[in-house]
Amino acid sequence: MKVISLTEPSNLQKWIAGVLVGGYALITLLPLLWILATGFKTSEDSIAYPPKLLFEPSLEGYVNLFTTQTRQTQDFLDANPPENWYEKIVRNKGMVIAGPSRYGERFMNSVIIGFGSTFLSVFLGTLAAYAFSRFRIPLKDDLLFFILSTRMMPPIAVAIPIFLMFRSLGLSDTHAGMILLYTAVNLSLSVWLLKGFIDEIPPEYEEAALIDGYTRFQAFYKVVLPQATTGIASTAIFCLIFAWNEYAFAVLLTSGTAQTAPPFIPTIIGVGGQDWPAVAAGATIFLVPVMVFTILLRKHLLRGITFGAVRK
Amino acid sequence: MDRAAGATPPNLARRVRGLSDRAIAWIFVAPTIFLLLAINIFPLVWTIRLSFTNFRANRPNADVKWIGLRNYERILTDSDIWLTMQATAHFLIWTIFFQVLLGFALAWLINRKFRGNDLWTSIIVLPMMLSPAVVGNFWTFLYQPQIGLFNYAIAFLTGTDPTSFTMIGDVALAPWSIVIVDTWMWTPFVMLICLAGLRSIPDSIYEAAECDRASKWRQFWTITVPLVLPFLMLAVLFRGIENFKMFDLVVQLTGGGPGSTTELTSVNLKREAFEKWRTGYASAYAVILFVTVFGLASIYVKALNRVKER
Repeated sequence: MKVISLTEPSNLQKWIAGVLVGGYALITLLPLLWILATGFKTSEDSIAYPPKLLFEPSLEGYVNLFTTQTRQTQDFLDANPPENWYEKIVRNKGMVIAGPSRYGERFMNSVIIGFGSTFLSVFLGTLAAYAFSRFRIPLKDDLLFFILSTRMMPPIAVAIPIFLMFRSLGLSDTHAGMILLYTAVNLSLSVWLLKGFIDEIPPEYEEAALIDGYTRFQAFYKVVLPQATTGIASTAIFCLIFAWNEYAFAVLLTSGTAQTAPPFIPTIIGVGGQDWPAVAAGATIFLVPVMVFTILLRKHLLRGITFGAVRK
Repeated sequence: MDRAAGATPPNLARRVRGLSDRAIAWIFVAPTIFLLLAINIFPLVWTIRLSFTNFRANRPNADVKWIGLRNYERILTDSDIWLTMQATAHFLIWTIFFQVLLGFALAWLINRKFRGNDLWTSIIVLPMMLSPAVVGNFWTFLYQPQIGLFNYAIAFLTGTDPTSFTMIGDVALAPWSIVIVDTWMWTPFVMLICLAGLRSIPDSIYEAAECDRASKWRQFWTITVPLVLPFLMLAVLFRGIENFKMFDLVVQLTGGGPGSTTELTSVNLKREAFEKWRTGYASAYAVILFVTVFGLASIYVKALNRVKER
């Protein structure tokens, strides 16, 4: 017998909903696909009118992204034939490769500062979240609200004194300074998220461990930590994505040694104007890891972006 | 919350070896609080102190004078500041309007549970997690009048000439160019929260309404909307705070121009603090902004709690 549900939408309704949502998803995707495609265009193709949907893929953008080039005379080019495939791409423009660009360094800075600050904020956040979850702490609610409220400040508002403070401590434009700064910014997220995850672990497990003669600290790292791995991992990914994307502090407080990729990518300039294939190539390499993580995080996404306020 | 500490017999804590719970609690919480005090609160206090002076960070050796409330006075009577406030309000109101409208509609459609909705949802959420600076910079390319994809697509759909308008160079269109990109990025955020709200409504309520022969329209307004409202308001709170602070996307997209049509408060503040180096003045500006966000947010949270209680 077929059960008739009163609330189940009809097939036609589902079909219409599917088409509308699918259409919106494709519009959303279009700019991202355009970044991907532009990275594989030649500079002529990238600025063609009308915009080219079909084109012959080229690695010119990626080569320009990773190298610096100088113009050479025809005699020089004839006397020194290109040695490898990337040299050949550059030669077509009458240029030779002078050396590596700064993109690699900037990308590594993003990696170092991203992972460093993620490790620190998750480490400190786990400890604090455990304490807030399990112990009686005076003014607990006020402290938690204080931690959250630090996120409400516009970064530019505290950037002035941080700029002065870092200058006098010798931390401006250093990895250590940026790691500390991003750790502080991410702590509110990591404490709130992790407190939610730890609240969900029944305290009975630790009580049993305590009765078995574990110290509180042993119970924490032998019983609670293994249970909280998923929560810790997804919190870590959120912190990493935030530090990875951060721009305001990076552009104000770093210029040379510790500059991350977001302030650097928009400054990639080719000969005569912005080199869009190179910018797109840089953006692709920078954005793809985040997209992969976003898809991996699907289940915890909502929780992460609302600081644990909404849990599906 | 305190179940563990409460359920543990009082003498057990003393019987077990190692540190007492109270000591562990402090050891665990202290580093976090210390770091936040050093990197958030200390700078904030410093900002407040600087806001009463004429200090300039690019001239550290000049003498600093205490000028009382002069900076505040100058900001609140400056007509340029009111223009940036208007630009910010325009940006806030329209981004929230479009994101709520589209986000709710999408969530409502996705809740029909059609086949493949997981795949589409995963695609829709992508922009929200990306770097606003990098994406914003690329959008300037999409907005180019001749070669840009956006103008081309609009021209294709409406039959106008793609070179006849420039989104980011035009005084009338520039404020909308940032609204469009922000909506593209953050609609999924509102959508996800609304979806959680919709999924929290038990089917049994609709079944009961169906038995009472309430029309679908009536069900929507008397069941769906009121039950999703607290979620929606939470989404608006988050978007409001975030967009009030908006900096990276707009700096990369329009840089505040043309003129100062898209110069939102954070962009304006950055110019005062790090280009004109009027540190004292900028500090007062920062304090005013912070008080505004904090004040508006607390009023809003009160309203939100009232809706939740209903």
